[in-house]
Amino acid sequence: MSAATRLRPAAIDPGAYPSLGALLRDALVQFKSETALVTYDRKREVGRVSYAEFLRTGLAFARALEDAGVGADDRVAVIMSNQPRWLYTAFATFHRGAVLVPLDYKLTAAEQAALIRHAKPQALITEYPFWRRLAGELGADLPGHVWVSDAPDGVALSPGDGAAGVVAPWAAPRDAAAPTEVPRGRDDDATIVYSSGTGGRPKGCVLTHDNYLVQLESLLALFPMGVGDRFFSILPTNHAIDFMVGFVGPLTCGSLVVHQRTLRPEFLVDTMKRERITHMAVVPLLLEAFERALDDKLDAQPPWKRRLVDALGLVNEALTEKAPRHGLSRRLLGPIHAGFGGHLKLLFCGGAFVDRARAERFYRLGLPVAIGYGLTECCTVATVNDLKPFRGDSVGRAVAGVEVAVRGAGDDGVGEVFVRGRTVMRGYLDDPELTAETLVDGWLVTGDRGWLDAAGHLHLVGRSKNMIVTPGGKNIYPEDIEGAFEGLPAEELCVFAADFLWPRHGHALVGEELVAVVRVEGDEQAAFDALLPRLRELNRRLPDFKRVGGVLRWPDAFPRTASMKLKRNELAGVIGGATARDAVVPIEGGAAPRAARVEVSA
Amino acid sequence: MNTTDHTTLTARLMTLASERFDRPLAALSADDDFFHALGIDSLQALDLLTRIEETFDVEVPDYELQGVTTFTGLAEVIARRL
Repeated sequence: MSAATRLRPAAIDPGAYPSLGALLRDALVQFKSETALVTYDRKREVGRVSYAEFLRTGLAFARALEDAGVGADDRVAVIMSNQPRWLYTAFATFHRGAVLVPLDYKLTAAEQAALIRHAKPQALITEYPFWRRLAGELGADLPGHVWVSDAPDGVALSPGDGAAGVVAPWAAPRDAAAPTEVPRGRDDDATIVYSSGTGGRPKGCVLTHDNYLVQLESLLALFPMGVGDRFFSILPTNHAIDFMVGFVGPLTCGSLVVHQRTLRPEFLVDTMKRERITHMAVVPLLLEAFERALDDKLDAQPPWKRRLVDALGLVNEALTEKAPRHGLSRRLLGPIHAGFGGHLKLLFCGGAFVDRARAERFYRLGLPVAIGYGLTECCTVATVNDLKPFRGDSVGRAVAGVEVAVRGAGDDGVGEVFVRGRTVMRGYLDDPELTAETLVDGWLVTGDRGWLDAAGHLHLVGRSKNMIVTPGGKNIYPEDIEGAFEGLPAEELCVFAADFLWPRHGHALVGEELVAVVRVEGDEQAAFDALLPRLRELNRRLPDFKRVGGVLRWPDAFPRTASMKLKRNELAGVIGGATARDAVVPIEGGAAPRAARVEVSA
Repeated sequence: MNTTDHTTLTARLMTLASERFDRPLAALSADDDFFHALGIDSLQALDLLTRIEETFDVEVPDYELQGVTTFTGLAEVIARRL
């Protein structure tokens, strides 16, 4: 049988499954002879695993979880960079009916420890470089069982004296006995994903199997993948986007997932070529990095060649007006495509504001960017551009199973965005108060502002919530940062998103920054000036993407409740009404004017 | 590594960074936040790390750069691998 006529198994239908565990198990069986995972070091392939081998390893680790007593509704935390063991761990966790708690491996050890204290997992799976930093932070809150991968030979893993937990190297022995599968239903919890709260109040979104399966079904209908498609997983798998489009999605379709142990663009492009990558998910910051690489390459060309690329781009745009035509674009713009490996069909972009001109430029060059919008609270995406036709001006239409409404709209049609449907989370872990504020009458209050056009496309223009999103896709909540300024000689201090104090219209979601509001005794200029050096110093100790960009001196006592809790919204209203943005004193070492100067969440 | 070596290494890193991102060397100082001083993002910082690796013939995993923001801190990371 020739390759062309070889019968290929169809994708699995998520609609037919009660849980992620059952879905993944069947996919691993159905596509058993296909390649599931390829891992690269920097320049070298270091592992290639078939679906059958994935299943064997996943089941062996599920057995280890079972032997450790992990079962229905127990929690399993994972802190790992993108690598096969992340996915094996997730599969094993679901197979045992347990709840996966993916934590951001880019957080500091103290932040990770705080989330572990909140989630109280029975087990933790991590990598040695992270474990080395984390072990000491956890103290008595060490989960009962810890598995550590990638440890050098002979190092001690146990954190030492008096540690209650069992710490073992990650292993999936070939001779492991078969684990017992613990079936779960649609209404059971699948994951707890933290959308914020590294410094303040943890927001652990409890997502069910139904949330994921409904989302998966609608995404696969919009962007079908299959055997032969190759996905490059570079956003962190703990992030909602990669978990869906870089793990569960491709494996459901028999596609290949490629991991690389570095994020350096020059190594990534090499791997894109070698593995003939067809799909990727990126955050806007990465899209910008790709554009930079593209410009560097074009700048090195003689002017006539650059004009030729522009002309071919316009031809391509005209020919792909209604829908992308990958083969055609590749023939027209071969050298450009070669810079992206030569086989890229689709880039998913989300997590933060996507620059319209950049997305349109990529489309002109035959590299479609599917822009989406979502919150961890509603699984992966609420809206996405379906590319029929491509549009760079909106975040797309509501996906199947999701309803988007704009409420309280003014004359310009702009109001607050609400989302409803089966992808919306059950609530925040152990926080009924915050859950009640966020889920109102079955609707998710997004805190984002926007308008719907006649075609049903959503346009985002700002936020009504006190937060910023960096181009790297990180959500930063000002209250999480205030603790960093403790000890400052101010009577009161509070941090706000500048756009929350002084709302902007239009493309307000770029260049977002934080502002510290301080009250000094007697409202004296001298006291205010005296405090600035210390504030700068404390600011610089924060990771760069969390720093405040300026300070506002405020004369009056902050409004507080009887229990002395800050009335944040009231204060913001008063400040916004009484001052303008130019009253802010910019501070050196804060956020740079370039919006992209942030830590990438990838 | 003694103090002199460390200072020399830090200075070499700053020279490398100033050349790579076209910033005057005089505008950089050892305890500067290099993201801010160079006006670069984290992906560009990784690119700088690659140049450093080529120059010093070392290999530093990406995660070693986590939390490192100053040239002095960067020099410590490199020194551990030399």
